[in-house]
Amino acid sequence: MAKIYVNGEVQEVNLPLNVTELIKANDVQQPEMVSVQVNEEFADRNEWDSLQLKEGDHVDFLYFMGGGSYKG
Amino acid sequence: MIDFTEEQIQRYSRHILLQDVGVEGQERIMNARVLVVGAGGLGAPVSLYLAAAGIGRIGIVDADEVDLSNLQRQVIHFTQDVGVPKVESAKEKMLAINPDVQVDTFHEYLDSSNALDIIRDYDFVVDGTDNFPVKFLINDACVMAGKPFSHGGILRFNGQTFTHLPGTACYRCFFKEPPPAGAVPTCSQAGVLGAIAGMLGTIQAAETLKYFTGVGQLLTNRLLTFDAKTMQFRTIPVRQRPSCEICGEHPTIDHLIDYEQAACDLRK
Repeated sequence: MAKIYVNGEVQEVNLPLNVTELIKANDVQQPEMVSVQVNEEFADRNEWDSLQLKEGDHVDFLYFMGGGSYKG
Repeated sequence: MIDFTEEQIQRYSRHILLQDVGVEGQERIMNARVLVVGAGGLGAPVSLYLAAAGIGRIGIVDADEVDLSNLQRQVIHFTQDVGVPKVESAKEKMLAINPDVQVDTFHEYLDSSNALDIIRDYDFVVDGTDNFPVKFLINDACVMAGKPFSHGGILRFNGQTFTHLPGTACYRCFFKEPPPAGAVPTCSQAGVLGAIAGMLGTIQAAETLKYFTGVGQLLTNRLLTFDAKTMQFRTIPVRQRPSCEICGEHPTIDHLIDYEQAACDLRK
């Protein structure tokens, strides 16, 4: 088991683990509404599958937030 | 140097009493020009507090009219204002609070054709909009024009905000591009607790006043997020991305973009 920090909270995970798998494990409802930072570096969406996490990594999920209403 | 009237000294006494603000800080506030985009959930508290603070000139952009469903959170609009352009309703309340303030109204959508022209006359921009196309537009226009701005977003019980100054992280540095139009939360998943708009909007107003008075540290290179369910606040460090399409080393965006907007109407 390895320790990584997701949104500041420690999680025990099994490696190897990529960003896409971490998002799934965290039950993120709409991955397309999330931006990801790994160790304070922006992680591009098309690199999520190949970006392998390691012990001690800090991952932040940043959520797209509008204004609570969407009017066409 | 502004000669304060007795009335102004009285009106702004609680600012003037603050050692970090004082007469000089209040004078800077009174010489400031701020553009508030959106007279909705965020724009309402922002506009009220900025008018109360005595910001010299405040522009408000909003194409909408007040709707009954707005009143749950857009505290600048009253029941009697339903059907009235939001910018007119907002202006009336701001002038009622503080007749010293000049309010410019823009009863139109902000888009690629007018954004730079409108922003040009202001020193600081507050993003109080409800959709991603305009949030990216404001970001790009401010970066291009070298203007500082406060970003704000709210959803359900959450809020987030950061402040951009030229040379610090911009919205694209850590969000890159709008989510696909079809991906934004469906009506049943969206919604927002009304008071969240006040929590976030007052943070944006405070950042604006900090910017002009030079007090403290702005939310630059930091994204403040909170969850009102737990009342946990968190500040996430963010960085300027060298590959950023608008503020990076080799910007690839050289014009403003009107992204497609997702539609959601509860009445349908």
